[in-house]
Amino acid sequence: MSTKTILADQQKTGSGGFSWGLALSAVSGLLMLAALYMALVGAPDAVNLTSPAERAAQRIFYFHVPAAWIGFLAFIVAAGASLMYLITRRQRWDMWALASVEIGVVFFAMVMLSGPIWAKPTWNVWWTWDPRLTISTISWLLYLGYLMLRGAIDNPDRQARFGAVYALIAAISVPINWVAIRWWRTIHPAVVLPGNNSAAQGEFGMSADIRNTLLFCLFAFTVFYIMLMYHRINLENLKRRVDTLRQQILYR
Amino acid sequence: MTEQVKPLSNTATAAPAAPGGLTGYFRKVLAIVRKDVAAEIRTKEMISAMLVFSLLIILIFNFAFDLRAENINTVAPGVLWVSIAFAGMLGLSRSFILELDRGVLDGLLLTPVDRSAIYFGKMIGNVLFISVVEIILLPVFVILFNQPANILPMLAGVVLLGTIGFAGVGTLFSAMAVHTRAREVMLPIMLFPVVVPVMLSAVRLTAGILDQVPFEDVRHWGVLLVAFDAIFVAASFMLFEYVVEE
Repeated sequence: MSTKTILADQQKTGSGGFSWGLALSAVSGLLMLAALYMALVGAPDAVNLTSPAERAAQRIFYFHVPAAWIGFLAFIVAAGASLMYLITRRQRWDMWALASVEIGVVFFAMVMLSGPIWAKPTWNVWWTWDPRLTISTISWLLYLGYLMLRGAIDNPDRQARFGAVYALIAAISVPINWVAIRWWRTIHPAVVLPGNNSAAQGEFGMSADIRNTLLFCLFAFTVFYIMLMYHRINLENLKRRVDTLRQQILYR
Repeated sequence: MTEQVKPLSNTATAAPAAPGGLTGYFRKVLAIVRKDVAAEIRTKEMISAMLVFSLLIILIFNFAFDLRAENINTVAPGVLWVSIAFAGMLGLSRSFILELDRGVLDGLLLTPVDRSAIYFGKMIGNVLFISVVEIILLPVFVILFNQPANILPMLAGVVLLGTIGFAGVGTLFSAMAVHTRAREVMLPIMLFPVVVPVMLSAVRLTAGILDQVPFEDVRHWGVLLVAFDAIFVAASFMLFEYVVEE
């Protein structure tokens, strides 16, 4: 792709985005505040949890589950964008993939920080090799590898191509990893997707209030993700434009 | 070298859709394998390094765990697979370095071969090299861990399946890692999280063999291993052309 077409392409996507970005940020901020209120104050205590520590820790659930959802969503978006990049070779898809992986890594870090805080009062251990914990860790490592791979390549075209290939392989490996790890015993409560797991510990019934709060948090996190994607892609756009301009000035 | 180039140019004149296309394709793959084997026989670089390294790992585990009779079967499968994985990694990371440094990759890309033939050639070569190491490693493992010798054939089958999965995606990543600044450092970071299912199922199958449990009890791990091999060899085969395209 010549520098001119890159510039033209980027000017198209970059112009007129400011008010949209501001509006998105404002909406997302309000939604997140509302989600915080609902999770900490609005939602009732889970009835069948007895100790106060367990009840307090249960509220992590309203942010833990949405964060995990965003983590996996981000990686699905990254895989889709990588596939589109390999087919169309348009820079925009590469930016989508990169932005999405970066956000996904952060949200998975959130999942893995909030999980142990809940697990300690409930399971009485910080960490256990439960399938869900293991798959989250492996996904997180997979996508850290993606960022490291890109960081170790100088040529931008190769960065995009290798990144896309790696993201696709990583996306295929997640479900296979899931099957493999699943064949170990599981103690993670299956709250969101029904499962008949008699060994699960810390399970609680979801009343309508709890479910509504969770759904609202999922929605708020999804808007938050879209907002982050929007700004990250804009930033990447600007960065690449600056790079192109700098090269043009240097080699004039 | 000239006698290996000849069949390449002969088959390339045939139309790809011709009935002989598939055999022609395999001949191209074989030519690449033969090139790798010839280079390896002359340098002995990869196999000797892998072999010594894998034996060292087994020895170090013996010291580290202070292996005694009661826990030998608990740790033995893990020791075997860690040494195979680490040694394989060592070989895989060298797989494309020679190609790139001596300009062989450019030569390969200029020949009228499908890119996927290059992938299969390199992958089969890697599986061969790792297998040679394993042929020596397995008897050593059986002796050091005091196992009956009649488990060797079954063990070899599991090891071969695991190696195919490992080298299948490893060859693709090796072609990528060689273009990065850190080179050898990048390969394990990319490869290990992806091959977790291979390690899991191979370790479970190996443990099943050592404990003499009936095959029915561990069959699902075997199915997973075969499925992993098929899926990742297919995916790498499709994605390889994007890695070597320039």
